[in-house]
Amino acid sequence: MAVISIERMGLLSVFFVCLFFSSAFAVDRGNFKTCDQSAFCKRQRAFKPGQSPYRALLETLELSDSRLTLQLINDNNKVHLLLELYRLQGNMTRVKINELKPLKPRFEVPDVLIAEPPTEPLSVLSKDDNGVVLSLGAESQRLIVSARPFRLDIMEGPEVLLSLNSRGLLAFEHLRLRKDTQAQPEGAEVKESVDGDQQQDEGKKDEDEESNKEEDGLWEETFKSHTDTKPNGPTSISLDFSLPGVEHVYGIPEHADDLKLKTTDGGDPYRLYNLDVFQYELYNPMALYGSIPVMLAHNTQRTMGIFWLNAAETWVDISSNTAGKTVFGKMLDFVQGSSEKPQTDVRWISESGIIDVFIMLGPKPSDVFSQYASLTGTQSFPPLASLGYHQCRWNYNDQEDVKSVDQGFDQHDIPYDFIWLDIEHADGKRYFTWDPHKFSQPKEMLQGLMDKKRKMVAIVDPHIKVDSGYKIHNEITSKDFYVKNKDGGNYEGWCWPGNSGYPDFTNPEMRAWWASMFAYDQYEGSMENLFTWNDMNEPSVFNGPEVTMHKDALHGKWEHRDIHNMYGLYVQMATAEGQIQRSGGAERPFVLTRAFFAGSQRFGAVWTGDNAAEWDHLKISIPMCLSLGLVGVSFCGADVGGFFKNPSTELLVRWYQTGAYQPFFRAHAHLDTTRREPWLFGPENTALIREAVRQRYALLPYWYQLFFQAYRTGMPVMRPLWVDYPKDTATFTIDDEFLIGSDLLVHPVTEEGSRGVTAYLPGAGEVWYDVHTFQKHNGAQNLYIPVTLSSIPVFQRGGSIIPRKDRVRRSSACMENDPYTLYVALSPKKFAEGKLYIDDGHSFNYDTKKEFIHRSLTFANNALTSSNLCPDCNFLTSSWIEKVLILGASKPSKVVLKMNGKETPVDFEFDSSMSVLTLRKPGMNAGDDWTLLLQ
Amino acid sequence: MTCLHLLLTLVFAVSLGTPVEIQRPRGVPLTKKQFYEESKPFTCLDGSRTIPFDRVNDDYCDCKDGSDEPGTAACPNGSFHCTNAGYRPMFIPSSRINDGICDCCDTTDEYNSGAKCENTCKELGRKEREVLQKMAEITKEGFLLKQQLIEEAKKGQQEKQSKVTDMQENKKQLDEKVEALRTVKETAEQPEKEAKERHLKAWEEQKAAIRLEKDKAKMAETFLELDDNEDGFVSVSELQSHAELDPDADGTLTEIEAQGLMGGAEQVDTSTFESVWPKIKDKYHSEVSREEADISLCLCVVQAQPTIKTPEKTHEDEEAMPPYDADTQALIDAAQKARDDFEEAEKALREMDDQIRNIEKELSFDFGPDAEFTYLYSQCYELTTSEYIYRLCPFNRVSQKPKYGGSETNLGTWGSWSGPENNKYLLMKYEQGTGCWQGPNRSTTVKLTCGKETVVTSTSEPSRCEYLMEFTTPAVCQEPANIDPSPHDHVEL
Repeated sequence: MAVISIERMGLLSVFFVCLFFSSAFAVDRGNFKTCDQSAFCKRQRAFKPGQSPYRALLETLELSDSRLTLQLINDNNKVHLLLELYRLQGNMTRVKINELKPLKPRFEVPDVLIAEPPTEPLSVLSKDDNGVVLSLGAESQRLIVSARPFRLDIMEGPEVLLSLNSRGLLAFEHLRLRKDTQAQPEGAEVKESVDGDQQQDEGKKDEDEESNKEEDGLWEETFKSHTDTKPNGPTSISLDFSLPGVEHVYGIPEHADDLKLKTTDGGDPYRLYNLDVFQYELYNPMALYGSIPVMLAHNTQRTMGIFWLNAAETWVDISSNTAGKTVFGKMLDFVQGSSEKPQTDVRWISESGIIDVFIMLGPKPSDVFSQYASLTGTQSFPPLASLGYHQCRWNYNDQEDVKSVDQGFDQHDIPYDFIWLDIEHADGKRYFTWDPHKFSQPKEMLQGLMDKKRKMVAIVDPHIKVDSGYKIHNEITSKDFYVKNKDGGNYEGWCWPGNSGYPDFTNPEMRAWWASMFAYDQYEGSMENLFTWNDMNEPSVFNGPEVTMHKDALHGKWEHRDIHNMYGLYVQMATAEGQIQRSGGAERPFVLTRAFFAGSQRFGAVWTGDNAAEWDHLKISIPMCLSLGLVGVSFCGADVGGFFKNPSTELLVRWYQTGAYQPFFRAHAHLDTTRREPWLFGPENTALIREAVRQRYALLPYWYQLFFQAYRTGMPVMRPLWVDYPKDTATFTIDDEFLIGSDLLVHPVTEEGSRGVTAYLPGAGEVWYDVHTFQKHNGAQNLYIPVTLSSIPVFQRGGSIIPRKDRVRRSSACMENDPYTLYVALSPKKFAEGKLYIDDGHSFNYDTKKEFIHRSLTFANNALTSSNLCPDCNFLTSSWIEKVLILGASKPSKVVLKMNGKETPVDFEFDSSMSVLTLRKPGMNAGDDWTLLLQ
Repeated sequence: MTCLHLLLTLVFAVSLGTPVEIQRPRGVPLTKKQFYEESKPFTCLDGSRTIPFDRVNDDYCDCKDGSDEPGTAACPNGSFHCTNAGYRPMFIPSSRINDGICDCCDTTDEYNSGAKCENTCKELGRKEREVLQKMAEITKEGFLLKQQLIEEAKKGQQEKQSKVTDMQENKKQLDEKVEALRTVKETAEQPEKEAKERHLKAWEEQKAAIRLEKDKAKMAETFLELDDNEDGFVSVSELQSHAELDPDADGTLTEIEAQGLMGGAEQVDTSTFESVWPKIKDKYHSEVSREEADISLCLCVVQAQPTIKTPEKTHEDEEAMPPYDADTQALIDAAQKARDDFEEAEKALREMDDQIRNIEKELSFDFGPDAEFTYLYSQCYELTTSEYIYRLCPFNRVSQKPKYGGSETNLGTWGSWSGPENNKYLLMKYEQGTGCWQGPNRSTTVKLTCGKETVVTSTSEPSRCEYLMEFTTPAVCQEPANIDPSPHDHVEL
């Protein structure tokens, strides 16, 4: 919610007019830096591929059980770097490069890795003056360190999987003393200008070569009236990666762009710098609210990943050519024969910190997901209700409004689980408080929702109103928890409440205190059905450079520059922790965040920020969430309907239909838009929206099971087709349709006035069933599907079993004890399998007490069997199996239920036109062992 | 799991206090009882199929229309009937059966969910009756008031109508009068014009004679001035002393030039000077100063006479036009009176037109089927909230003004009645108010409800810049039906 209403902001409006409103409905690009305007990016990008000045000093090699260290030297300036290599469990390699002796420590990202990654022994296979060959264990994988120039190659058999510094773009700006400041006392006013230049010139003789060329922006940089004092001078780092045989790379969200990353030659690199971008534009590499520095590379043979663990401003260049094969060592000579191979080259550039890269070697997509999950953790397992439908608006005006919207859902028989309150609910944007007039009885309101088994989310942003009458501000001040400005005072900036402080979420004590504020006795008016939304946590600073915090602000001893991209992660981390603590650790939290970083998946859901009510924004929601899913964040969604502007009725309906099949399903709207609750567009459209939401609710058991799987394994819930069909090149660029788990394929209608869509059904020899008609279609074809306004093209994979709860009620909690219907879609070989997961839906007991049911459902040899996947788990459910639909079946003469040694006949019906066999009311408990035999 | 009672015994308390037992499947209204006969197979109410009766309410959906499961949640499109004895019966979607939330006040929807529901029908019925009674009273009184309003409006309307008729009659007369006076005026103006022209002409002639006289005198005077040596001749050299007479404007009057002015002669006497004079009189500067005051004085006199055309340029030698003679003045006075009379009549006519238009505009408003909303016209009603004062001027505009200073914002001007088709007079729409930043023009919907008083009861802004105002007025009170104070208790019996 980045937009500001001038009318409401009074004093602030002067700022905003110049900051935001120079164009009507598009991002003001002038507010955000291009690579050329970001001094380090410009500097680094000026280096062209060629001979690297870096050389490995093989004589310094030290090999311990878990790591290899080696010094590198830059022959131009004689600065020594320390290279560390680790072979990690699970087919990963970690490469760290830091200064051997930095003037002071450089920032290394904490709290993102869930643990120090466990290592496996490295062994030297051979070593000579030119390099070292190390064994990476299994599958004849080797790591080759070439000495002159320095480069790394990871090989499997004769194949080079990936090379580092093969284009010679390793550049590590070492910490240095500023020549012109040496005579100056600490903290004195220094002007970077003529004086400095003169001194530089005078001291030229003993300068090393690198800093001889005086460049702008080394020690100070100005962008649009904001000056970044750079007390540490230039600190940027850069490294290139070559991926032979790779034509498709994905990931590095968040960008409003296609799923397959584009080459950046001739344009700006993809930028990773968490920013509050007002009215963002589509199909470009500009930075958005979150950053996950993880890239996936895929071809028909292998999937790999590169995780660049750095929280500073980062730019990623991608090119696709055959350059960089010039300086192969003699051990690699044989590779040169395959010079016609396609290749993707990538260069990462960050402003500060160290080089710390994890190479995830796959080889399967699922391997990369579990490798990345082993480093940064998996998607948190959300409360079941949060997978339902969320109704949001900036803002529901008052308690009456909340009540009438709640009643509207019942009157129109549309299910929903959460209603949301945006910033206007708080008393003057003082989070953790309630507007005394509009929301004077929050508990009464929450109780009203609880009576209907529904929940609420209220926003809590990280900017804190500077107001001596505000408890939160006073406590943060007295505990000295605010971020500091470069001069050591509390950093202050403008945001919703006016002048605001920003708590230092990098400080664990601050986070612990913040978490304690969610206790029921601290957060007045809160109840157990109140959850939280963290917005503006990039952090957004209306009058800051690029609408964010000054890079020279201080978080303890680190500059904001070092930690910027993980500020938002910390906000959500502390908030989620608060929600866990308020229940004594019993209940799962639900926290939505706008800003994120690698590891944010552990703390809740993410949405794609302030989109617009435009068809292209509906389309882009698919690749944006797919990209997030590939790098760990499964719980992703876009504002249904579009945040800015008013959607046409058709767009709104189509967005509900699309959103119903995306992980986080929330409608949201800007303050200035007209009301758009689902029943405001006439009975036909209300019915269409109702149907879309109902389809979502019927499938909640499947969604829940997939999130359990994501939590356990890191497999994305919403996936690109290539994840499940990695050898089918036709799937590699598809981002207008997607898979939910492996078993549902969705091709939403995202074109205005569409009369049909063409969906690609993957899988040669496989079949897909239209979930609405049960019509069977062959895989490996482009299928044209005529559509009407009610159509949501969705297909179930032949070979899968999906449990549904077809008795849709007004909220997910109301459906807790309802029976299941099993949709068994047979493969051409008359086989199918699926899973069923059941727990209480909201507590940690599944984890702490193993209170859950996890069952495998298998159809083979004309028998459908439920077997226990977790025999030592215990959970009792009153849900039962009311119906089984077997798609692609033939007519049996008899159906028998075998359970507890007894056999009972089961009624059935057979629809020969669609080959659908319906078993009527077999009636067994969903947690039992049973077999249904078709005879 | 699904141990359900097929049949439910319903016990009713009728007004006599005698319990009556009626057996029918759970969730079936009495009106449909006939379709659910235990002894026969059940045919889905849409006729789509017939099933054994033991499949009715067996918690499995067999009928597409949901009719086999009136008492369970098995069918997605089913509905459940609660009798709600003491209150009003209702249908709820069958998805609300046993969902743990009490929907029916008689608790019958939660028979197997463990939800602890209390039977609140009596209480609800009592409250509803109270509310209905209160509403009935309000409606009754409101309706009486409405009758008065209609009366008054009709009277007012008639008055206005007849006033308009009268006025139109008067207007006709006025029209005639204006026309008559126009003729009078035009008739009087013709002789006036002629007399004035005559007078002017005589004066012009007189002025010309005087001017000639003056010119001659000036010429003689000039001759004497120029004739420095007083020899009775003006010589070339004497003329040369007046450099302003230089014909080529080079600043000097040469001898040749002077001679040229004198027609080639060396000197001229008074009679030949007559031919020189026209060449020099415009440029000649007298050596004697003149009395300007006289001239300006005479200018004042000239301008003070409005009926005389002011000369575009007054000449030094001009004198005031002599006053009109008595005959002319009489004609002028007569014409002026005719003009005044005409203008006065015309003004009266215009005013009359305005009045008629205003009344006709008022009469043209749709003040409801019985003109019951007429009394709201040209009135304003205010509501003060914590921040603003809202002002509704029906059929005109809605506005909002900050309570503590600040300018007024137009929330919309009268657009139209916009209630539902069956009664459009329940909503008023005011549109095209002040524009919103990045948004639409403000607009307001006014919702009218029956009340004894005419007041704005609440305002809200459900959507940005779209306001909703609640307004009570007797004008929407419906004729009270003969309402039963306990309407639904025994409907089923």
